[in-house]
Amino acid sequence: MRDVHYAIGGREIFRGLDLTVRRGRITAIMGPSGGGKTTLLKLITGQILADRGSVRVFGEEVATLGHRALYALRQRLGLLFQNGALLTDMDVFDNVAFPVREHSDLPEALIRKLVLLKLQAVGLRGAAHLLPGELSGGMARRIALARAIVMDPEVLMYDEPFVGLDPISLGVILRLIKQMNTALGITSIVVSHDVQELATIADDSYLLLDGRIAAAGSPAELRASEAPAVRQFMTGSAEGPVAFNYPAPDYLGQLLAEGDE
Amino acid sequence: MSKSVRGSYLLEGLRRLGSVALFLLQLLGQSLPALARPGLLVKQIYNAGARSLIIIMLSGLFVGMVLGLQGYDLLQRFGSEQALGTAAALGLLRELAPVITALLFAGRAGTALTSEIGLMRATDQLTAMEIMAVDPLRYVAAPRFLGGVIAMPLLTAIFSVIGLYGAQLVGVQLMGVDKGVFWSQTQGSVALHDVSEGLVKSVVFGFACSLIAVHEGYHAEPTAEGVGLATTRTVVASSVLILLLDYVLTAAFL
Repeated sequence: MRDVHYAIGGREIFRGLDLTVRRGRITAIMGPSGGGKTTLLKLITGQILADRGSVRVFGEEVATLGHRALYALRQRLGLLFQNGALLTDMDVFDNVAFPVREHSDLPEALIRKLVLLKLQAVGLRGAAHLLPGELSGGMARRIALARAIVMDPEVLMYDEPFVGLDPISLGVILRLIKQMNTALGITSIVVSHDVQELATIADDSYLLLDGRIAAAGSPAELRASEAPAVRQFMTGSAEGPVAFNYPAPDYLGQLLAEGDE
Repeated sequence: MSKSVRGSYLLEGLRRLGSVALFLLQLLGQSLPALARPGLLVKQIYNAGARSLIIIMLSGLFVGMVLGLQGYDLLQRFGSEQALGTAAALGLLRELAPVITALLFAGRAGTALTSEIGLMRATDQLTAMEIMAVDPLRYVAAPRFLGGVIAMPLLTAIFSVIGLYGAQLVGVQLMGVDKGVFWSQTQGSVALHDVSEGLVKSVVFGFACSLIAVHEGYHAEPTAEGVGLATTRTVVASSVLILLLDYVLTAAFL
């Protein structure tokens, strides 16, 4: 991504974003909530197009791709949604089998083996017959992970994979991300604000602040950074150059103002 | 109402019309590939058609029975209660069956379509399909649209048959019109173009209702409130459009 600008409803999300994801590595993209992390993934998958600048995936400029070429590109990508985004009218097995059935003519017996293999990889082979509504949040995310890897993508993107997970599920997801990367050689992009978790698995990290990359490097380098904004984010402090409070009138003045509802 | 407010309403109306027209073109483009997936299509015909059967049959029966009562009361004033079969059959085939079926369809199947697709949008299911390189227009929207278009004439035909039976039930069994006269009058006066008028209407209504329902769901704001609003819009827009199109088609057929 080179000099990417993107605004929505007059609000600038990206102001000259530069970012490179290296093949075969785990890249962490950190930043505060509402900082455009999910928007970044949408730019990569071509769901939205940048107002200015260049987004290249596998050397192809996303903005210039036609419908067919874009869909061909997406077949090489996988995205794990925050809520799983499983299709609610089919069971877990059919959800994982869905992309295979849509994109190949493989015999059903082979699809069955493939799906069971992927479900086993996320430890949920026994849940194949359940409906998405019967799964917990963590389970749904693991099923979605199985679905995302069933077509063996070259790049796998994770959108806030750690939010709302209990410690066991969290550990499992972390291990799975690492395994996908080491065992299958999948390039991984993990978007999250969980600094500690990311630091244990990421090869490269980017800190996204104010529409730009504020810092880049290994997780250790980011932690050692002296830049005030980076320090504030890594240590989780409300005080610092990154505004925590939404802009508001004077606090005392507003409390004491008469007739204010 | 100030000029600028009127202007903004007009612009919004035009924008929606344009959006529906573009959506229709996309849908038609994806309809052939959708026809090649009979499994998906049959499921949607089942959802829109078979699941609406009970409400359609019950309504058909009662509408027919009311028609029998009112028709008998009116016709016997002129001493022509034998014409009850004709009146009921023509009223049902040409007008009541297509219109009431379509209104019920909009309320039963149309709302279900809109809320289902809207919720799929709100829970990222449509986006997930796009990311998996599966076009949701082809996989979700087109089969539902075609399912509605196919189900409507079938439901209308069932409504007509049950309605006529209801009219016969009241006219013959209750009011004492001769059974032979009732059916022979019906048979003698209903021509092919009466049946085709009802058929054409039902196909057009099916097209309009399904298009609105799928469009509203597909473009619903991805929130609980947005899906609710979209569902309401489906019922309101479909109902008004059905009655408007009914007038246009009736004028064209006469």
